[in-house]
Formats: sequence, structure tokens, C-alpha cells
Amino acid sequence: MSIWVDQHSRVVYQGLTGRQGRFYGLRNRDYGTNVVAGTNPTKAGTDVDGIPVFASVANAVAATGADVSCLFIPAPYVKDAVVEAAEGGARLVVVITEGVPAKDEAWLCNKLLRDHPDVRVIGPNCPGIISPGKANIGITAGHIARPGGPVGIVSRSGTLTYQALYELKLNGIGVTTCVGIGGDPVPGTSFTDCLAAFEDDPETQAVMMIGEIGGSAEEEAAAFIARRMSKPVVAYVAGITAPPGKKMGHAGAIVSGGKGTAAAKIEALRAAGVRVGANPTEAGRLMVEVVQDL
Amino acid sequence: MHFRGWIESRSVDLLEYQGKQFFARFGLPTSSGMVADRCSEAVAIAERLGFPVVVKAQVHIGGRGKAGGIRLARDAKEVAAATTAILGMDIRGHKVTSVLVEEAAEIAAEYYASFTLDRSARRYLGILSARGGVDIEAVAESDPDAIAKIWVDPVEGLGEPGVRDWVGAAGLDEGATEELVEVLLKLYTAFVEGDADLVEINPLILTAEGRVQVLDAKVTLDGNSLFRHADYEEYDATQPRDDRERAAHACGLQYVGLDGTVGVIANGAGLAMSTVDVVAQAGGSAANFLDIGGGADVDTMAGALEVINNDPAVRAIFINIFGGIVKGEVVAQGILDALDRVEMRSPIVLRLDGTNAAEGRAMIEPRLSNMLMLADSMPTGAARAVELAGTAS
Repeated sequence: MSIWVDQHSRVVYQGLTGRQGRFYGLRNRDYGTNVVAGTNPTKAGTDVDGIPVFASVANAVAATGADVSCLFIPAPYVKDAVVEAAEGGARLVVVITEGVPAKDEAWLCNKLLRDHPDVRVIGPNCPGIISPGKANIGITAGHIARPGGPVGIVSRSGTLTYQALYELKLNGIGVTTCVGIGGDPVPGTSFTDCLAAFEDDPETQAVMMIGEIGGSAEEEAAAFIARRMSKPVVAYVAGITAPPGKKMGHAGAIVSGGKGTAAAKIEALRAAGVRVGANPTEAGRLMVEVVQDL
Repeated sequence: MHFRGWIESRSVDLLEYQGKQFFARFGLPTSSGMVADRCSEAVAIAERLGFPVVVKAQVHIGGRGKAGGIRLARDAKEVAAATTAILGMDIRGHKVTSVLVEEAAEIAAEYYASFTLDRSARRYLGILSARGGVDIEAVAESDPDAIAKIWVDPVEGLGEPGVRDWVGAAGLDEGATEELVEVLLKLYTAFVEGDADLVEINPLILTAEGRVQVLDAKVTLDGNSLFRHADYEEYDATQPRDDRERAAHACGLQYVGLDGTVGVIANGAGLAMSTVDVVAQAGGSAANFLDIGGGADVDTMAGALEVINNDPAVRAIFINIFGGIVKGEVVAQGILDALDRVEMRSPIVLRLDGTNAAEGRAMIEPRLSNMLMLADSMPTGAARAVELAGTAS
């Protein structure tokens, strides 16, 4: 088992005909993902290396039974493209694009909650989701992930997601599903959403969580873990030494007024029984201990 | 998908005068005033406005009043004296290079009003208080009832009845309700249509004549919204940056200056942040945070090395690359080519993992020296760089 995507997922790529869409769409197909369609309103009827292109997600869903959409659409068009995917019948929408305005994200999130509560958005500004050996949707390099479980990964940061996959692979630990939720202010999917799904997934027996400074998503995750998680969680929070008030790249990674600091997050996670590593390598070692004790 | 340039640094902080210009575009009532960077100019503005005026330091930090950065001036001589005193002043590390000369207002009441995004509620949060003009966080702490909050669904928007209730809940002057409702609706429009991360008015005043007026403005714009606000680029020039940050910014790099001696280059913001942490855990301290993004091509790498090489505090450099899609050979070639272009002052420790890392390392090996070393993991690389920074003269 895995969460949200597996070998049965049928994926349509919005923006498949663009440079990035084509590159990653074909790469994902090479990995084994069921890439069934692409969309481009002006190129319907053509194909990308044999993958049929449709005018809209609705058309692609009708013709191919696609249930997941992956967006390689420039930031200005993301808002409309996500709504198109939800209205067109996708149940999961993975948004890789970075640089989406916070207002668009906040609007999208509430629009979907109201009109399409059954549709899940992952991202924006994320590497995507991979269930190793089954489906890779997004920009993760598939070979750094070891299939088979028992660990689920959820991460706010792109390259640290890879680092986490790599640390586990080095230690011979497999992954059920790895979700990059992205570092933006209003992500479609939160840590808590992922933790809940991993808790309910019989094959996932432990969870690795990679957080970073800024916001309160890690604190909310800690509260959820204390309340609901029976499975062990290992965490790492990046930005332990970040000076207050400095913005370090990610939109969400802003430390201000004592809130959102790595120290506060680590304390909340530890209080919830989470084992927290001082760096990704230590978190990997802690996960080795956790897996041995399973 | 990568968008290079200042757009990546996301938040754009406006100076007070820029914030007021921004508000004025949305019809908010601001005081008359103009910005000056010379004494004679300030006096000329004051004479046009009429006395008394207020001379206000324009810096990206609060606490100006306490630092003596805001002064009342009753005549030209006082304007000159105030401007001379304020220009060049250092307010908590921010040097003052311009002042706002503004009509002095007679204040009957000081309120607080703001809109921002409440990330955990995934809604917009409006905060209103009858106790403005002071540190609102302290008010929220000591007297939470003095703060009226309103959460706005971005899809539903904010309507007049909601604002009216909000003004009532905050206990503001009832006689000014109509004008306050109008001003707060405009503030909300500025927040949404202006793509601001924060709009804050502290104080929002009631004048002696009972009019509502914006006396101070704190605005942070969302750098990701630049595609629909081309005019925001003008604010780039006034963003607070040190020389290193300015140089890095010119190369389109994500750079934050820090106080240590180990220069850090990594791909991805999270990994870069983590690298800064690991350097500290190894007993050293990073001179910077630098994210070269996913691509790690030769131009980016050369730019990054150049910026770090020009930082006199740097004693050793730790390059921490995890290749996802980008292949190890490409990263290695980028570093080797960059080293041909930039003559390095400090030794480099390279940690290279991920896709085709072995091939990349093999390309580096013939060039290994006491100025270029390979590390087999993130912690060992950090430890080596810290050691080198400690022993460098």
C-alpha cells in the first residue's frame, strides 16, 4: 500500500507540451507512472511521444480515465489550471510550479474546500509525490527512493526531501510514499493531512517528517501526533541556526517574534513523542533505530 | 520551474512613503508629504506644505520614534536641524538615507488596523484596535479584549456589514463609523488587489476635525505577484541589503548574509538552511546562506563562488550539492569551469551526492588539492570546512 498514488493512478499533465512538462512527464512515464494524457487548449489531437494531448482536463478524463493531474504551468495560470483540473474530474492535483502568489493560493484553497472538498491539491512549489516502484509524479529523481516501506516521508523542502530519501536508502530502508508538500504559505496539503493518511495506511509503519522554520505547520503536526498517531515519527527541522527576522529562500521560512522558530517547533515535536534529529543524517540514524524496533 | 531574479526573494518591504503612495492609489486618506534625501530639499517641501511639519526617517525597521528618527518642526530652521540630525542616523543597524516631510496632524485618537494572511486558518486576518500608536503585540498580550479580529474567506471576500460589525467590536469612535468602514474596505482592497502580504496602519488617526487619516504605513508586497504588478520593480532599489547581498542579488542568487567564516553554497533552500545548521553543529558558523537552485550550471556556480570569494570574512567554503534531476557530472563541470574563472582565496570542501555522484566525483579527483577537497557526507564536509576556517590565517 501507499498513500494517494500507486500503480493504478492515471495521470494527465497540464502543460505536457512545454519544455518542463515534456521533460518530467516523459521521465515519470519511464519510471513506470501511468502517464495517460496531456493538455493544451491549442494542441488538442496532437501527441507528445505517443501521449495524447487534449484541449482540457475534462476531455482528458473522459477519454482516458485520468484521476490525477500534474501541473507544469507557469505561475500566472496556476489558479485557473487547478480549478480546471478539479472541475474536470481529477481527484488529486499536484502543482510543481513555484512563484504562485499567496493570494492565489489562499483563494484556491478555499475555493476547493467549498466547491470540491473531495479534491486534494499537493503544492504549489513542491517536488511532487512518489510511491517508489509504483508511481512518480513530479520532479523527484526516482532512483534515490527505495521501494517497499515501511517508512512514509512528508517534507516541506525539495532538496531535503531528496536528502531524506537518500539517507533512508543508504540505510536500506524503503519508502511507501514520499510527499513533498512545498514551502509556500498556503499549501494544498499539510503535514497533518499526510500524517493522517500515513496513520491509516497499513503498510506505513513509521513516518519521517522534514520541517523548516516559519509558520506553525510543525506545531500543528505535533498536536496531531500527540492526539492521533500511533506510529512512530522521526523529524528534522531545518533552520535551527537561522537568525530571527532573516528570510531564507522559502516563502514560508520566515522567523519572527519568537514564533515559528526551529527551537519552538522541535520542542513541540519532542513533547509529542517525536524523535528529532539535529540534521538529516542524524534523523536517518534515528529512523534506523525506529525501524529496528518495529 | 525556476524563476531567477529578485522575484525569488518574495517579500518586498516598502518604506513608509512608498506604503503611503501605495495606499493613496487605493483611495486611502494619507497626509500630504514628500520624500527628501537632502536638507535643502526637505526645507523646500516643508515650505510648500506649510508649518508645522513632521520629519520622519525612512527605514525598514520599527522603533524610529524612540531612536529620535521622527521630529516635529515648526519652521524652516527646525526642518533643517531635524533633517540634518536624522539623515545618516543608524537606527538598529539601518542607515537613514531619506526623510519623509509631512504635514503635522492634530490627533484626537489613535487606532490600529491591519490585514495579513493567517496561514493556519488559511484565511485573511484583519486586526483592529482602539489602542493604536503603540506596540500592538504588547496590547494583544496585556489586553486581548482591546483587539478585534476578523477572518475573511478569500473566495467570499469582505462586505460592508462585516466591516461595520468589526468597527463596532473594536469600540472605535461611533461618530466616525461611516468613514472608518469606507477606509477599512479600501484597506482590504489594497491588501487583496495590491497582492500585499501585510498592510498595517499604526496609527490610523482621527484628526481634531474628526476625519480618518493614515499616519503611518507598513506594507509588505508579495514578490511572487510581480507578473501582475510590473510597477513593483521600482521598490527593488530600496530593499535593505548589505554589499554582499546586493552583489548576489545582481547575479540572481538567493543569498542572505550571516556573521560567520564558512561560506556556504547549496542547491535548494531547505538544503542550504540545513547546511548552515550543520556548519554550526560542527562548531563553526556560516558566513552566508546561498541557494543556487536546482540547476547548478556553470554561470550560477561561478557567480556564487565570486560573491563568496569577495566576502573578506570567509575562510573556507562548503559546497553541498544533492543532485536530484541535475547530474553529478554537470555539477562537477560547473565547479571546475567556475574555478577557471574565479581565483579563489579560500579552500573549498565539496560534498556531492545524488544522481551520478560517482561520475562527478571522478571528474573532481584529478583537481584535488589543498584548495579543493571532497567530503563523503554532509556532516563530514561541514566538519572539514569548519576545521579549515579555524586554521586559515
